[in-house]
Amino acid sequence: MSAPALTGPAPASLRFHPLRDSATMLRRNLKRMLRYPSMTVMLVGMPVVFLLLFVYVLGGTLGAGLDGTADIGAAAGRAAYANYVAPAIILMTVAATVQGTAISIAMDMTEGIITRFRTMHIARVSVLTGHVLGSVIQAVFSLVVVIGVALLVGFRPTAGPAAWLATAGFLVAVTFALVWLSVALGQVSRSVETASNLPMPLVLLPFLGSGFVPTDSMPAGLRWFAEYQPFTPIIETLRGLLMDEPIGNNAWIALAWCAVIALVGYLWSKRLFNRES
Amino acid sequence: MTSTQSRPAIAATGLRKSFGDHVVLDGLDLNVARGTVFSLLGANGAGKTTTVKILSTLLGADAGDAQVAGHDVAREPDAVRAAIGVTGQFSAVDKLLTGEENLRLMADLHHLARGEGRRRAARLLEQFDLTEAARKPASTYSGGMLRRLDLAMTLVGSPQVIFLDEPTTGLDPRSRRAMWQIVRDLVAGGVTIFLTTQYLDEADELADRIAVLDRGRVVAEGTAEELKRRIPGGHVRLRFADPQCLDAAVAVLDESSRDNDALALRVPSDGSLRSLKTLIGRLDDRAIEVEELSVRTPDLDDVFLALTGNPTREKVTTR
Repeated sequence: MSAPALTGPAPASLRFHPLRDSATMLRRNLKRMLRYPSMTVMLVGMPVVFLLLFVYVLGGTLGAGLDGTADIGAAAGRAAYANYVAPAIILMTVAATVQGTAISIAMDMTEGIITRFRTMHIARVSVLTGHVLGSVIQAVFSLVVVIGVALLVGFRPTAGPAAWLATAGFLVAVTFALVWLSVALGQVSRSVETASNLPMPLVLLPFLGSGFVPTDSMPAGLRWFAEYQPFTPIIETLRGLLMDEPIGNNAWIALAWCAVIALVGYLWSKRLFNRES
Repeated sequence: MTSTQSRPAIAATGLRKSFGDHVVLDGLDLNVARGTVFSLLGANGAGKTTTVKILSTLLGADAGDAQVAGHDVAREPDAVRAAIGVTGQFSAVDKLLTGEENLRLMADLHHLARGEGRRRAARLLEQFDLTEAARKPASTYSGGMLRRLDLAMTLVGSPQVIFLDEPTTGLDPRSRRAMWQIVRDLVAGGVTIFLTTQYLDEADELADRIAVLDRGRVVAEGTAEELKRRIPGGHVRLRFADPQCLDAAVAVLDESSRDNDALALRVPSDGSLRSLKTLIGRLDDRAIEVEELSVRTPDLDDVFLALTGNPTREKVTTR
């Protein structure tokens, strides 16, 4: 056996390589996703099931009530509702993905490998950024599948190439923000079970906003909440971009929310990761 | 790093750590010379893992100083981390990745060039007898294989100081022997090893120096021989074929204590050849038939009991 102590590179250089380490951790997380495909299937499956449920079971009636006006028939109502609900389902896809982030972070934290990383001379944040980048990639994959299914069941966006590009950028920004929040939620939960429940509000929030029905159909208190919660401007921005409708200042409000959520998530995550184990 | 060559690999003074009002470390002093195996011996809950966590920068001490590889663990944790490798009690491998992928992950995190990383991974797989399982997920590995992979991952970065926290707990005897041989090879290569164990024979087998930890304090320190010398307890055990022989022997050998059920006699002795000759001579003179003779020198088990008292007895395992 050779002498491992004296032949290796001298630890003289104590410089950190956050980008290189993050890329290494990203590769690790992508490999883990491939080895554990049932998680990906579940994360894509949930929004697809909701989409089908809302379009085919509830869509006929809900669509007819969208304008609050006349009886337009179930088929026409369903078509109208598919267009209305698609942005909410798209956001739900992001929420489901970050739920997966929280679960895989919590799984990771219970394994000894994270303790090993903590005793190694690596850029610590790379453990987290590896998860963040991996989740963003997973979200893009899920979004492509879900939007594809939405198009099959009658979603007819009127967006041009520029609007699609803006939509893609906007969705990445939203995902990035929610993933950082979820990284913190995954760390704060002491078990994998808790981690899968904590981000649940993110999945439910579209319901308490303009995701599934217009907010003006809600009772006063709920309506107030629905109009001011962060998911409503996000959904309205998506709807505006995809359906070529006026967005107003919703886009700026949505991006401001994303910046705040991302910053809080990042600082909270970093603090949690550096706490003593 | 040459300037630090003469300094100890690990030096700690007055380490204290409490969790709430539970005192885990109560003024711990340690000094480990470079290139040696130092064993911290103690029962469960004696503070072994907490010590490793503090020395490997995972946990801050409430009081006291510690230097590892010449760097202060509290003020220069990055320099300490660059010099150490830790293999804990619970396997620190990614179970979804294969053995090879785990090693390559470590190589990437140590910023080794691609080819060099691949070569080092292959060499470690070979050395730790994992080549056949290299492409299987670590979740399919046996306990012994996981522990070997775990240690192999620690070695990718060529650490100067390696912490092994109960490296053989839960392993079968064969894997345990294999792990011991690996530790011996490592030390031959010049690394310093800080080993915690609750197994007395393991410390006896591997360590240059042993510190006995009890309730957060070092109660004794020295080589295995030095520790054994500190306590009496060496004796010769004689077993006889019938009670008559036993009676005859008791009559000639004073200071002996008899065990009627086993037809055995315990005679205090230092185990030297001269004292055995005298003993056998006296039995021969009276023509007393002895069925079996065994010499027992005090082992670390006796030392441990003598030093720490009985309350922890049931927690210490002597395999």
